[in-house]
Amino acid sequence: MRGVNDLGKRTVIPFGPQHPILPEPVHLDLVIEDEKVIEAIPSIGFIHRGLEKLAEVREYPEMVYVIERICGICSFGHGLGYVTAVEGLMGVEVPERADYLRTMWHEMSRIHSHMLWLGLTADSFGFESLFMHTWKVRERIMNMFDLTTGGRVIHSVCKVGGVRKDVGGEMLERIASEVRDIRKETKELTKVFLNDTSVKNRLCGVGILSEDDARDLCAVGPVARASGINQDLRLNGMCKYGELGFEPVTGKSGDCYARCKVRILELGQSLDMVEKITSVLPDGPVEVPVKGPLPTGEFMMRLEQPRGEAFYYVKGNGTKHLERMRVRTPTNMNLPSMVRMLQGCDLADVPVIILTIDPCISCTER
Amino acid sequence: MSNTAKSPWLIHYDGSSCNGCDIEVLACLTPLYDIERFGIINTGNPKHADVFLVTGSVNEKNAPVIRQIYEEMLEPKVVIAVGICATSGGVFRRCYNVMGGTDKVIPVDVYVPGCAARPEAIIDGVVKGLEILERKREAVRMSRKKVRGVPQ
Repeated sequence: MRGVNDLGKRTVIPFGPQHPILPEPVHLDLVIEDEKVIEAIPSIGFIHRGLEKLAEVREYPEMVYVIERICGICSFGHGLGYVTAVEGLMGVEVPERADYLRTMWHEMSRIHSHMLWLGLTADSFGFESLFMHTWKVRERIMNMFDLTTGGRVIHSVCKVGGVRKDVGGEMLERIASEVRDIRKETKELTKVFLNDTSVKNRLCGVGILSEDDARDLCAVGPVARASGINQDLRLNGMCKYGELGFEPVTGKSGDCYARCKVRILELGQSLDMVEKITSVLPDGPVEVPVKGPLPTGEFMMRLEQPRGEAFYYVKGNGTKHLERMRVRTPTNMNLPSMVRMLQGCDLADVPVIILTIDPCISCTER
Repeated sequence: MSNTAKSPWLIHYDGSSCNGCDIEVLACLTPLYDIERFGIINTGNPKHADVFLVTGSVNEKNAPVIRQIYEEMLEPKVVIAVGICATSGGVFRRCYNVMGGTDKVIPVDVYVPGCAARPEAIIDGVVKGLEILERKREAVRMSRKKVRGVPQ
């Protein structure tokens, strides 16, 4: 017979790879005692494709298409990171208009990524109508992507030496007016996310990551910023962020609510930046012809993705194929923080905590 | 059983896709595309599902998972491969850890092209799958009648 002392026995609950709350396969072994998670042991590898190796068989301009398909959510950012790295390797100067357009699309992809995250988070704590509302607003930005680049999720507009498509004056006006509408609708949504009691009950004080822990575990992006670390690579002079006058958003408490708030404030900032770009976009060409010797040497590039810092490394050997191509993605860096947050949480909070790092498993495994 | 035709439930599994098709599958559920108007609901339980949506290619590690989900589903069932990766491996075909499309592991009824497959295409594929589901359902019913010896 079981005695009172046996009640706190440990059980292992498998979580994933196929789970209603996870759009992507990741497996976690949750060691639980009563209802508390003692330990979470992640195992990944379900999506590993090995696409870095493809750099050896695909020519460097062609490789952009593969890199963009590392992840369908941060697709534009990956293309931008790779292209900038190759441009650095070959010493190509990009025209100003192309740089502004890249910044605009990158911010638009941040808006779509953060909205996607807000919706999925609402779904994870069971607020389905909020999920539907958020995704309804998100369709507007997807539509803008469709009209300006020709693709909803995979855009393929970045190329070595500039961008493939120009955005005309009429379209810029349309983007600006769309952004104003989105801002209005987002305000309504954020009111719910930040003030609603039932949302607060699920987010406040859940999955706390202290500033020291965030630093020790090398958290990046909104996860680090919500714990009070002022770190945003957009300030490092990439693209045209210097001219747009922006300040990184930081939180203090490091819980799920803080991470939600940081993303919501970033969403507002990105909307402002897109609107500003539509008014200051300079005239000129959008691409330069790439001439000169084939890429040799090494180049590193860091970029702030919607999920945090991504790192690109390229090494050329004077042929059309790169010798080595390496990407380090933000979710990869945030997994240790997620495991730390899961320790000691309630079993019911596991989906919410997993989602607040905005996991992108196909980025992580490539 | 006739409810299946009116309200088919689907289960979605992400093989090794890039998320592009996955978020388009999710976009199908949300207000603009709204496949729930056809009675389609996304479920997490293979035993409740009639339609199996697979996105992304197959590799050594996820092949057993795909097979298991397929085997847990009850007959009749339809498998829809969404996106070019699930069809043939697509852009990742030459990667060392990609075996190919979903049909390497389980039989596929409908292939939806695209990279990423657009929501309209996915809905079209699901509706095509429903016709096949209906035929399969009929076949299952006939075979049961034969077993029981009920005159037709």
